Amino acid sequence: MTAPPERRQGFGMAAPGRPAPQQDGRAEEAGGRSADPAGQRFAQGQGQGSRSAEPEQDSSAERQIDLLPEDATVNLAAERKAAGIDELLDALDRELVGLAPIKLRIQEIAALLLVDQVRERFGLAATRPSLHMCFTGAPGTGKTTVAMRMAELLHRVGYLERGHLVAVTRDDLVGQYVGHTAPKTKEVLKRAMGGVLFIDEAYYLYRADNERDYGQESIEILLQVMENQRDKIVVVLAGYKDRMDEFFASNPGMSSRIAHHLDFPEYSLDELADIAQLMLSEVRYRLSEDAEATLREYLSRRMQQPRFANARSVRNALERARLRHANRLLSEPDRAWNRDDLMRLESADLLASRVFSEPTSESPAS
Amino acid sequence: MRITQGTFSYLPDFTDEEIAQQAQYAIDNGWPLSVEFTDDPHPRNNYWDMWGLPMFDLTDAAGVLYEVNECRKAYPNHYIKLNAYDARYGRQTTALSFLVNRPEVEPGFRLERQEGPGRVVRFTTYPYALDKPKGDRYGS
Repeated sequence: MTAPPERRQGFGMAAPGRPAPQQDGRAEEAGGRSADPAGQRFAQGQGQGSRSAEPEQDSSAERQIDLLPEDATVNLAAERKAAGIDELLDALDRELVGLAPIKLRIQEIAALLLVDQVRERFGLAATRPSLHMCFTGAPGTGKTTVAMRMAELLHRVGYLERGHLVAVTRDDLVGQYVGHTAPKTKEVLKRAMGGVLFIDEAYYLYRADNERDYGQESIEILLQVMENQRDKIVVVLAGYKDRMDEFFASNPGMSSRIAHHLDFPEYSLDELADIAQLMLSEVRYRLSEDAEATLREYLSRRMQQPRFANARSVRNALERARLRHANRLLSEPDRAWNRDDLMRLESADLLASRVFSEPTSESPAS
Repeated sequence: MRITQGTFSYLPDFTDEEIAQQAQYAIDNGWPLSVEFTDDPHPRNNYWDMWGLPMFDLTDAAGVLYEVNECRKAYPNHYIKLNAYDARYGRQTTALSFLVNRPEVEPGFRLERQEGPGRVVRFTTYPYALDKPKGDRYGS
């Protein structure tokens, strides 16, 4: 390595531009990963005059070091392993029931980012894909959970620096008086930088009936940041399908800046039963055989009722079953219960639900 | 004359990337950062203007760099510094403070001598920039 022409390199400061000596392919790969976001950030930096002139040579030096020869080959499977994507996708598959189209899309995104990363090492230009997303679907279909997984995935493949999730609603973004909204929205955006900003029930941001609503101001700031700071933040909007459609109809700029519109399907009866099993095994309970049948019966009835919130309803039903289970055990003080009794939910625990007593009832089960 | 005050002031000016790395170091230590600016270069000038409130709850330096750049846009010819506060001691303690922006031309200081009784001479440094009113000191 030749001595850098400028004195600034001589200092022991963390200078990412200084090319590290490479011993093997592993070191080279690590160097490539850490250098990539730095270069991106520089490209976006708005430093003036003298400031932006200097790092140019740093990053160009870095790029030359990183390039692989044209006839080199890469093993994508090994790359996947190194980035830890496989275990993340496996966990996603294991812990989230159903949602096949969503999982497919996540897999595609992960593949694209990985391939882009490898392409860059060959010196093939790769523009950063826009990854703002919109999750629509009924309540309880896993929108927040998927957003959280997404944040971690994007962090693993090096798209995001931190990979944390900041979940907000209209209250956190929109102010109460003139001049309050912009700082409030910016504050939240800054907090989410390097990670994912998840806006739940995003359609509340825009109120068509009130022209002077401050939500519009918030939307404008969001749009601006979504466009200019694309490499630092991923915005995920979530909400019911029909109301999000309305929201996009009145904010076409928002719709076009969102690359991925994911619609979360409602769970089928089988999937709901699987979810129930998964939730129970997490807290070390299990269903007896007739309780399983009762649960299916319960779910099919509950699905017909209003305010059915998919996985969330399942969770609530199980919570109540656990209450009744505990009460049942306590109501027979003379009997001795073994370990299995403490884990097993019986059919009776579920049958006590109001869903069975008033099948045509309009009120949700309690 | 180049003003040297705050941490790293004898090093060449930081690039944006280096600023972000320092900010990230502060964030990782749990020190909230704040941006301040002034056009009075005197070393004893403690009263810099605040650019917004200190930035709490950040996890990534991108937000800090964003504010620095916003401040640069508004005051391209001012001194701008980043402060990091360490709140562990229960009082305001500056853990790190460094300049991130300086005017294009820094005219420096003149030395004034005041002759007192006997052969006493009192010295004072006076920034040339202060000859002009606040806001007009460095061009824009």
